[in-house]
Amino acid sequence: MSDIADRVKKIVVEHLGVDEDKVTETASFIDDLGADSLDTVELVMAFEEEFGIEIPDDAAETIQTFGDAVKFISEAV
Amino acid sequence: MFDLTGKCALVTGASGGIGAGIARALHEAGAKVALSGTRVGPLEELAADLGQGAYVCPANLSDTPSVEALPKAASEAMGGLDILINNAGITRDNLFMRMSDEEWLSVLDVNLTASFRLMRAVLRPMMKARWGRIISISSIVGTTGNPGQGNYAAAKAGLVGMSKSLAYEVASRGITVNCVAPGFIATAMTDKLNDEQKAKILAQIPAGRMGSTDDIAAAVLYLASPEAGYVTGATLHVNGGMAMV
Repeated sequence: MSDIADRVKKIVVEHLGVDEDKVTETASFIDDLGADSLDTVELVMAFEEEFGIEIPDDAAETIQTFGDAVKFISEAV
Repeated sequence: MFDLTGKCALVTGASGGIGAGIARALHEAGAKVALSGTRVGPLEELAADLGQGAYVCPANLSDTPSVEALPKAASEAMGGLDILINNAGITRDNLFMRMSDEEWLSVLDVNLTASFRLMRAVLRPMMKARWGRIISISSIVGTTGNPGQGNYAAAKAGLVGMSKSLAYEVASRGITVNCVAPGFIATAMTDKLNDEQKAKILAQIPAGRMGSTDDIAAAVLYLASPEAGYVTGATLHVNGGMAMV
């Protein structure tokens, strides 16, 4: 697993308080990991800080799963 | 009684009577305070009087870039931002039929839209800290209405609805969002009233006196305190019984 995926996973696990093995490629933050809409905003904020990037609102809306987040961030950094 | 040691508070309209009273009360409770307003002279006088832990952050809330720069400036001066007091307000009174778009918009801009922008900006650090206090100074007029103040009453009622909506969104993050609604408070503005006007006002106040800036500051201090952590989406009316709502 790439370094980016590890760092994203760590943020998701810490923020949502879920088991690491539940954070799979296709795991949806809201449907599978129990995030509410505010959690998703906070996750995006945390990603922005961790990776020093800007995630615009329209892009943030497309980040639904762990895999989406890793893909977006890998392309942005 | 209430301890705000280590907390950082931004107070808008701190050059006015109520704002200065609020800043003083928060500072006395141990908070660092960023004093904002358009008139630098009174802000600097207040900061000098308060001493350590008081910072002057001038801003013109009718100017969007100035509003957007304010939370950052305040946060950098104090080393954080835990408490936002939306106190600044202006009036442009006129009878409804004569009220211009400019009179309407300028009051909405400063009293409501600037507060929205400041609230939006302070949420990020507060969410990260899992603690925050946002207190907006509304007015009795926002609940009762007042002839000649359609714009002001709309803005003050708007603060209440806006605060309740935000209170829902961030309650689970340890951030409370409340309003304080003053009635008639003795300030430089009410000093200009003549005795007859004062007598008329006093006849409507069960407490038989105008409020003081300390009365408002005490209400704000309570809502800012850790003890008020379970109070959110509320409007605390401080009006001597003038309107019991």
